[in-house]
Amino acid sequence: MIHFLVHEKADTVGVATVDIKAGEQAQGLFMDTQEPLEMKALNNIPLGHKIALKDLKVGDTVLKYGHDIGRVAADTATGEHVHVHNLKTKRW
Amino acid sequence: MNIPKFFGYRRENGRVGVRNHVVILPLDDLSNAACEAVANNIKGTLAIPHAYGRLQFGEDLELFFRTIIGTGANPNVAAVVVIGIEPEWTDLIVRGVAETGKPVKGFYIERNGDLNTIAAASRQAKEYVQWASELPRTECSMDELYVSVKCGESDTTSGLASNPTVGNAIDKLVDMGATTCFGETSEITGAELVCKERAATPEIGEEFMKVWNAYNDTIVKFKTDDLSGSQPTKGNIRGGLTTIEEKAYGNLQKIGKKARYIGVLKPAEAPKGKGLWYMDTSSAAAEAVTLWAASGAVVHLFPTGQGNIIGNPILPVIKLSANPLTCSTMSEHIDLDVSAILRGEMTLDQAGDKLLEMVVRTSNGRLTAAEALGHREFVLTKLYISA
Repeated sequence: MIHFLVHEKADTVGVATVDIKAGEQAQGLFMDTQEPLEMKALNNIPLGHKIALKDLKVGDTVLKYGHDIGRVAADTATGEHVHVHNLKTKRW
Repeated sequence: MNIPKFFGYRRENGRVGVRNHVVILPLDDLSNAACEAVANNIKGTLAIPHAYGRLQFGEDLELFFRTIIGTGANPNVAAVVVIGIEPEWTDLIVRGVAETGKPVKGFYIERNGDLNTIAAASRQAKEYVQWASELPRTECSMDELYVSVKCGESDTTSGLASNPTVGNAIDKLVDMGATTCFGETSEITGAELVCKERAATPEIGEEFMKVWNAYNDTIVKFKTDDLSGSQPTKGNIRGGLTTIEEKAYGNLQKIGKKARYIGVLKPAEAPKGKGLWYMDTSSAAAEAVTLWAASGAVVHLFPTGQGNIIGNPILPVIKLSANPLTCSTMSEHIDLDVSAILRGEMTLDQAGDKLLEMVVRTSNGRLTAAEALGHREFVLTKLYISA
C-alpha cells in the first residue's frame, strides 16, 4: 500500500495520500519514474500534508514538482512534517 | 479522431449552448427586487441579482457592461428581460445582447415604478419562457463547446490528481478543436515563468507577463503581510498546501501537458477562435467563474481538494475531487470522484476520459451537483471605487 507520492525524482518533499502515523515505515512512489521509496515518519502526517525526504536547513529551497515552492523557515529532519511552520513563501 | 456528440441548443448566431435559461437581468442593484419579482411570477425564468451598475466609470464600467452583456449573450441563455432604473444604460445592455440575434427586451423603473415595470416585464418573460420551452435540442459536437477551467479550495490532492485530470481533458478537448480557457492570474505566482513558456509564441508569453506583473504590482501595493492569511486560503493550508508557489504549480496542472495558449483575454472577453486561451481573472471562484460565463463559456470544469461548493446561474460547474475525505463527507457536491488515482487504481488518462464523459452527460442536460443544490453565485469583478 502507498502512503505517500512524490511528484518528481528531484523533489525534497512527498505528499501523504493517507494519514501517516509517527514512527510508521511509510511506503512512497515517485510519480515520474514509478520507483518506490521508503521513509520513516517522525511526526503524524495528515492526508495531503508533506513529509521531508531529506534534512532541510533554514534558508534551503524546498523542491516539489521539480520546482522551487519556498524556503525552509525551521530546520527539518528527514521524515518530519513539512507545513506552514517550517516552509514559507519567497514571494509577497 | 472520434469527436463525441451531444444534444444542445444551437443559437441564432450559430453558437452552441447546453442550457436553455430565460434570464431576468438587472442593469443595477436597484432593479434586483423587480427582477426577482418577475422570476417569482413566471416559473422557469431566472433572476440574476448583483451588487453594482451605478456610478462606475472608465475601465471598471467597461468591464461591468462586458460582464452583464456577456451574461445575457451566453449561448446557455435563450432569451433575456433586462430591467434597469433608467432607459439609457438599460438599452445599452439590450443592444449588446441583441447582437447575438436572441430575443431581448428592456424595461425601466423611473416614471413607471416597480409594480408597473414588474407587470409589463412579467408578460414579456412569460412569452419568452413559453417560446424557449419549445426549442428543441439538436445534435452538436464536442468541438463546438467552449469549456473554462478553474480550481478552488485546492489541496495537495488537487496538484496530484484532480487538476492533472482536468489537464488531460483539456489536451483532448483542444485536440478535438474545442475552445478552452484558464486564468487565475494571482495563483500563477511562483510558476509565472513556466506559464509564460506555455504561450504559443514569445509575444503572447510577453503579453501574459504584462498582465501578471500588473496584478502582482496591485497585490504588492495593497498587501499588509505575505498574504499567507488569505492566499493560500485557510482551507488550502488545512489540506496541506503551504505557499503560493506550491499552489501555483498545482494550479497549472489544469492546462495539461501539450496545449499552448494562443491569446491573452481581458476579464470577460470572448475568445476569438478555437484552442486554449488565457484570461486575466481573480482566483476567487465566484468572481472568476462569473467572468468565464460572461465570456461565453458553456461548461466549466472545477477540481477541488477541500470542497469548494461554487455554482453559477447560467454556467454548469462540474466538480471533481481526488480527496477521499472530501468525496465521502461532501459527496453531494462532487460530480466525479477521482480519488482512485491516489490509490494507483486509475490512470490520469482514464480519469480524463471519465471527465469528458461527464462533460457530454452535462451537455445533454444532466444537472450538475451545484445546479441541483441551487448554487447560483454571481459576483461581479470590481476594479476600483465608484464615482
